[in-house]
Amino acid sequence: MSRIVIDSDKCKACYLCINECPKKLIKISDKTNSLGNRVVEFDDPKGECLGCAMCATRCPDLAITEVYKG
Amino acid sequence: MTTQVFKIPESLRENVKYSFCPGCDHGVAVRLVAEVLDEMELKEKSILVASIGCSVTLYDFLNVDSIEAPHGRALAEATGVKRARPDKFVFTYQGDGDFASIGLAESLHAALRGENVSAICINNTTYGMTGGQLGPTTLLGQVTTTSPTGRNLEYYGYPVKIAEHVALCDGTAFSARVSLDSVANIRKAKQAIKKAFEVQRQGLGFGFVEILSTCPTNWKMSPSKAHERVRNEMMKTYVSGVYKDVTSGEQAHIMRPSFV
Repeated sequence: MSRIVIDSDKCKACYLCINECPKKLIKISDKTNSLGNRVVEFDDPKGECLGCAMCATRCPDLAITEVYKG
Repeated sequence: MTTQVFKIPESLRENVKYSFCPGCDHGVAVRLVAEVLDEMELKEKSILVASIGCSVTLYDFLNVDSIEAPHGRALAEATGVKRARPDKFVFTYQGDGDFASIGLAESLHAALRGENVSAICINNTTYGMTGGQLGPTTLLGQVTTTSPTGRNLEYYGYPVKIAEHVALCDGTAFSARVSLDSVANIRKAKQAIKKAFEVQRQGLGFGFVEILSTCPTNWKMSPSKAHERVRNEMMKTYVSGVYKDVTSGEQAHIMRPSFV
């Protein structure tokens, strides 16, 4: 199953990844990280992630550290 | 079976945390350079010449040997490094103020001499690190802290089109302008960086890539609005494309005079 790994300590809350995801699986979470940012979270209950890595390609701060496809 | 399709490039330092502003495309550009260094297996023989600007702390992010140049003089230093150690892979990473304003003489003469080095120039149409002043690449009408009524043609003149200028130099082997406004363009940018590095490896001459980037902080825009500005305003003046490529055999499209 395709999935992504988010390092929330690196997220600077630019939210560019939210617009990139073709399935809209990335959302703004309720959590804040050590930088004080409202970080994003990966929410994929139905297993819809395509593993396209567009979110990781877009992320300017390497907060999406790994993408698995399959 | 699950395969990993994305990972942090090995040419970046472990647990790297960028010091750039939220949404700044510098992070993407540094990652693309690291990915290309990984793919071409150049990490162990690379020497990075960092410049002054937002890219000043690049040695904290890229895990390659590096040297810091005075403002604008990155390509002059790169010339010396490459001539002393021709076996090494030498590249610079500069901003538009560094490359095209204070360092225009050093940069263009490195291209004219056909120095066998590669240069990456990030164009965000302003001086980002110092607080958003008017730079050589600032678009006509753009409001900055030193042009509060917009860049005025009579007073400041025209913005500089770096990729075209570099392409006109006979020593240049590759010159291209790319953008980071969408995922498709990010992938094209990576191909251009790879090509600019490849011409150095083959010893063909100067390789150059101008990368259109955002500065959400100084443009006073959200990161996604800043990408729209790159698409709708910057890319009208700064047309992306390959302006010179000696390996392709055909000349660039801007080289034809308009009266022909």
